[in-house]
Amino acid sequence: MSRIVAAMSGGVDSSVAAALLARERGDDEVIGVWMRTHGDMPEGYELSRSCCSPDAADDARRVAQLIDIPFFTLNVEKEFGARVIDAFVDAYLEGSTPNPCQACNQYIKFDELLRRGLAAYGANAVATGHYARLEHRDGRWRLLRAVDTNKDQTYFLWVLDQEQLSRTRFPLGNMTKPEVRALAADLTLPTAQKPESQEICFVPLGDYRTLLEERRGYAGDPGPIVDAAGSQVGTHTGYAHYTVGQRHGLGVALGEAVYVREVLPATNTVVIGRRDEVAQRTFTVDGARFTAGEPPRERFHASVRIRHRAPDVPAEVTMVGRDRFLVETAEPVWAPAPGQGAVLYDGAECLGGGRIARSDG
Amino acid sequence: MDRRKARRLTRGYHRSMAVYLDHAATSPLRPEVLEAMLPYLTTHTGNPSSLHGAGRRARQGIDEARETVAQLIGAQPREIVFTAGGTEADNLAIKGVAWAATARGRHVITTAVEHKAVVNATAILERSGFEVTILPVDRYGRVDPVDVAAALTGRTTLVSVMAANNEVGTVQPIGAVGEIVRGHGAKLHVDAVQFAAHEPIDVDAWQADLVSLSAHKLGGPQGVGALYVRRGTQLLPQIQGGSQERQRRAGTENVAGIVGFGAAFRHSHADTLEQDRLRKLSRLLRDGVLELDGVALTGHPEDRLANNVSVVIEGVEGGDLVAALDLEGIEVSTGSACTSGSAEPSHVLLAMGLEPHLAHGSLRITTGPETSTQDVDAALAAIRLVLPRLRTTEGAHPKAVATA
Repeated sequence: MSRIVAAMSGGVDSSVAAALLARERGDDEVIGVWMRTHGDMPEGYELSRSCCSPDAADDARRVAQLIDIPFFTLNVEKEFGARVIDAFVDAYLEGSTPNPCQACNQYIKFDELLRRGLAAYGANAVATGHYARLEHRDGRWRLLRAVDTNKDQTYFLWVLDQEQLSRTRFPLGNMTKPEVRALAADLTLPTAQKPESQEICFVPLGDYRTLLEERRGYAGDPGPIVDAAGSQVGTHTGYAHYTVGQRHGLGVALGEAVYVREVLPATNTVVIGRRDEVAQRTFTVDGARFTAGEPPRERFHASVRIRHRAPDVPAEVTMVGRDRFLVETAEPVWAPAPGQGAVLYDGAECLGGGRIARSDG
Repeated sequence: MDRRKARRLTRGYHRSMAVYLDHAATSPLRPEVLEAMLPYLTTHTGNPSSLHGAGRRARQGIDEARETVAQLIGAQPREIVFTAGGTEADNLAIKGVAWAATARGRHVITTAVEHKAVVNATAILERSGFEVTILPVDRYGRVDPVDVAAALTGRTTLVSVMAANNEVGTVQPIGAVGEIVRGHGAKLHVDAVQFAAHEPIDVDAWQADLVSLSAHKLGGPQGVGALYVRRGTQLLPQIQGGSQERQRRAGTENVAGIVGFGAAFRHSHADTLEQDRLRKLSRLLRDGVLELDGVALTGHPEDRLANNVSVVIEGVEGGDLVAALDLEGIEVSTGSACTSGSAEPSHVLLAMGLEPHLAHGSLRITTGPETSTQDVDAALAAIRLVLPRLRTTEGAHPKAVATA
């Protein structure tokens, strides 16, 4: 007999994943775990929309009761605060775009939860409601895109290594979202009709500026918005309030759509450009990790995805040292944002990836 | 098939085959108590305030229970106010007396190891402008009566000290505290919720003016408690409504629950043979747990409740340990059931001077009437099984967090 931790957020996906696992557990014992990742949200915040609210814990517990698995809550506030929330804030402060879901997978779900699950429950695997597939072939674990390509979440999972993949289950990998909802309704799970959570669970109402101030005392100093030629065309409220590719909230009227092209903390400057000016064909990626443990070759073809749900594009990848690579895409890609994942695919297989580096970094 | 093995073969959200060692959280309803309650859920279902026969029958059940409870603590029936539990009794005692005595003063004294009901009832008084003195305790969790004497002022109207601690089981020197408080003229409230299941209570020997009791800690139903209110003690009701409980607690009585309370108290009360048996079981458990590395007893080594074994275990998170033991079919708790799930270490252990990282690894094992030596053996075996696992995993160690 072995034990598997089913990470339950209180959403429909992880509910169904846990239900499937419980139904097909055989000799395995399934243990439902809801992680408390951060304190309560301020009054007035629509708690039911967040995966980490007390309401979500109630939903997860009700699902665990219905599918008849033991249920525990695990407090990971310290780890989540340091690895996800602080990292999120610091990314803005260094002029990058944070990737909290990827950080949560890397440090919380497939690290802290795996370790604590082993310690506390004697569980040797973690199952989540991610849309992704796993396959063991030719002696190694492969991370594959989900059958439901609209929902595929490998963009946030590229960071998992062989050890982690070997201890992971994705029960929803072969299902579509409508199928998941239908099954939830069949099983009369209370989460069947729950809306998708789109926003970041620890950022109430999407307003991350408050978080910058609370956690790092960053209130923002106004500074120049400049165009590609360096002429000032406007004033911003503080560089960390802007991310590459952003269009709204610039307060600049140049007669055509403009986007943030670069965020420069050193000079508190935001550089903007026209649509074609924010596209790039080459960029550097650091913090590289490969699901196989190493890159296929020093130089290889892959398709690269630089944001969730964006189409991936053919590219030439060249390793520059162990954990850094250069990407040259066949077509210009739109606004590679420092800090975001650049994730590599070979067909259905996710090979790994890294974080887009700052051009000055 | 032995119980533990059977337990491991069952799985699911509810695990009925478990070894239950969490009587300080709640003590399972005794069969004889259920039997006493049943008529009041099936046939005697009148409202005790009604004048007719059905009402009179229900009233009789309450009257009898009130006599039982009063007699068992050396009180008069009219001095017993039934409540919806120990927490309500604590709230009624503290807020009720403090607000009724504002003409004399607005100073309340309590200790650093009280139950959350007392902690938060006094905290809200403080926010309403009362002065609250929180007395320290020694490393066993005991308050020094000399400190009580020193804290009393002309404005003091209430002193609240628990009889026995819910987390570590330490018994307080209530008699000595009562002597001092009586001499001063303030009222003494004693939270005896945990104590009542194990030791006889004599409100006069304690010189207590108010005593909180709870049914479900002694094999009665949940949601029923009582407050002893010495005759002549001014009390401001905390729930407004009808004139039930001599206008001290409004609301239609929980008749079956109150009847169950009386029955439970009568059956559990100071059964010395049972207390000796529990003490022996506790000794076995305690010796077994203390044999393990990095385990230390919390609470007083001798002056503690017969059924309480509380320890801190280095290098583990209490909540993880409880979950691990649950999966092995052993049901125990960290410091107290009421605060589990919170990331904060127990205020009781911190008040006793324990380091926060140790206080996180607290474990409370509390035995009860159905506990056998086999249960104790099973618990010890399970602890020995899971402890190395909990300790070898870096993530389980609270210290690992600091470096994250």
